[in-house]
Amino acid sequence: MSTLTAPRKTRALRPGTAVRILVLLVAAALTLGPVLWTLSTSLRTPSESFNLPPQFLPLNPDFTSYVEVFQQVNMVLLVVNSALVTLLIAVGQMATAALAGYAFARLSFKGKNALFSVVLATMMVPVQVTIVPVFMLIRGMGLSDTLLALILPAIPTAFGTFLMRQYFLGLPNDFAEAAALDGASPWRTFRSVYAPLAVPGMAIVGILAFNFHWNEFFRPLILTISQENYTLPLGLVTLQGNLGTGSISVVLAGVILSMIPALVVFIFGQRTLREGLTAGASK
Amino acid sequence: MSTPTIKNTTGTTTPAPPARSSTAARRQRSLAERLIAPLFLAPTVIGMAIFTIVPILGSILLAFFRWDIISAPEFVGFANFADIVSDPTVRVSFLNTMVFVVVAVTLQLGISMALAVAIQGRMPNWLRVFFRSAFFFPLILSAASVSIFMGYLFNEQFGVVNWMLSLIGIPAVPWLTTSGGAAAVVVLVYVWQNFGFSFLLFIGGLASIPKELHEASALDGATGWRQFVNVTLPLLSPTVLVASVMAIISALQVFDQPYVLTRGGPGDSTRTAVMVIFESAFQQLEFGRASAIGLVLMMLIMAITALQFRLSRRFVFYQ
Repeated sequence: MSTLTAPRKTRALRPGTAVRILVLLVAAALTLGPVLWTLSTSLRTPSESFNLPPQFLPLNPDFTSYVEVFQQVNMVLLVVNSALVTLLIAVGQMATAALAGYAFARLSFKGKNALFSVVLATMMVPVQVTIVPVFMLIRGMGLSDTLLALILPAIPTAFGTFLMRQYFLGLPNDFAEAAALDGASPWRTFRSVYAPLAVPGMAIVGILAFNFHWNEFFRPLILTISQENYTLPLGLVTLQGNLGTGSISVVLAGVILSMIPALVVFIFGQRTLREGLTAGASK
Repeated sequence: MSTPTIKNTTGTTTPAPPARSSTAARRQRSLAERLIAPLFLAPTVIGMAIFTIVPILGSILLAFFRWDIISAPEFVGFANFADIVSDPTVRVSFLNTMVFVVVAVTLQLGISMALAVAIQGRMPNWLRVFFRSAFFFPLILSAASVSIFMGYLFNEQFGVVNWMLSLIGIPAVPWLTTSGGAAAVVVLVYVWQNFGFSFLLFIGGLASIPKELHEASALDGATGWRQFVNVTLPLLSPTVLVASVMAIISALQVFDQPYVLTRGGPGDSTRTAVMVIFESAFQQLEFGRASAIGLVLMMLIMAITALQFRLSRRFVFYQ
């Protein structure tokens, strides 16, 4: 790496380096600033939350807003709904994508390539195109205004299937040969040999599903009707509409609370999430 | 190969009995696989058939009808598609979406590419990790939450943005109550949340460019901007293509930000194509029109994807 040119280059670039880091610092401040303001403002008292100058650091934290947000909306219910919907979608996607991905990667059957192309093609279909018929199907199934209306349509995943297929293709073939010689059925081979090895791939599918559906707004807005089926983003937007600019710290307290699970994923699964998000780009 | 051969050779000392038994096992296995494969595929394939394929076919059918769920559907030919050019609200929303895509995607790619190049340079590793995490952070938030707090930040009277502008002597900007201001806020909030995704793609692309090429071009006297244009950019072109296509497809579907920030207003100035789908279907009960707009959106996405495959064969420079 370090060749003859390296020392000359660094000396020449030194003023450039300072500018570069300054630009990055400004960008980081603009990115994190609004989030820090949200956190600090949620920790001001509701009556002074909109006073200027603004606060970017919570120096005198006041937790009134965190108590009040539970009185203004049914936060517990919103959290339970969001958690239920998100977890069931994530688990459902992990299981179905692992099964289908395995079939596409390691089983031989007629029409495999054609079927896989159809699965891939559905990735191009935006949710907004299918939402009207899905809404009617859900009504027809008698699932209108239930959490299942949000969960069931989100479980089949083209992207997850694609990811799992790639993952299974990356695993060595020897295990299958060995398992077959031992007389293991294809199901046993999957269940006991390949599925345990594919857990990291399933984690990517699960974390992506969690991140997407925890934050999802468009489908819940359409597919839920009564407030008792609202998820967090929908509940918070409703709360913001009700309170207007009255006591913004209460709304912001709700916003901060809703970020906690995503923050946990960010801290412990950032690498996995990064891999998953960019996996679609490197087909 | 065939079964009779195996029968005939029983008793004789064949050179490769293990090979034969493994062929037989393999054949038996592939039969078992063919029988079990549908079970592996069923949940995904049946789910997609019900929740994606049938709805698309339903949308195509519905797009030619006027239907409000209550009365009988009425065949209207291409009238719903004609609305896209003739109905003022629908037309404006499509134009808004196009302008939004161009402005937001240009900003998103420009900013993220500049930051990705900047982060490649010499700096302590912890600083690099900090910058990368900071730029990635907005991606984990919900667009609805982001739009809530951004709406407060851009408030005309109490917002932090106008307060900061007042410090340098700029009078309060009516961000969300004028068409230009509202459109600008929707773009800024969208780009704020999404630039990190293109940034990730670009740092991946930059990392795959061999260092020797930069060193060689530096020896030839190319530095800074010239090196970026003549060496980095051509080698980054596959990433640029993928990043643009992904950014365009996602920007075409913008909904959460304008819905929460402005509800499409003032007037129709921030109304987008997807907002019209939502309003047509679930407020005006014009299900046919909503389907037609959705189909046009899907065709745009397919055309862009097809264009990507074309371009990637022709113009993109692969090493």
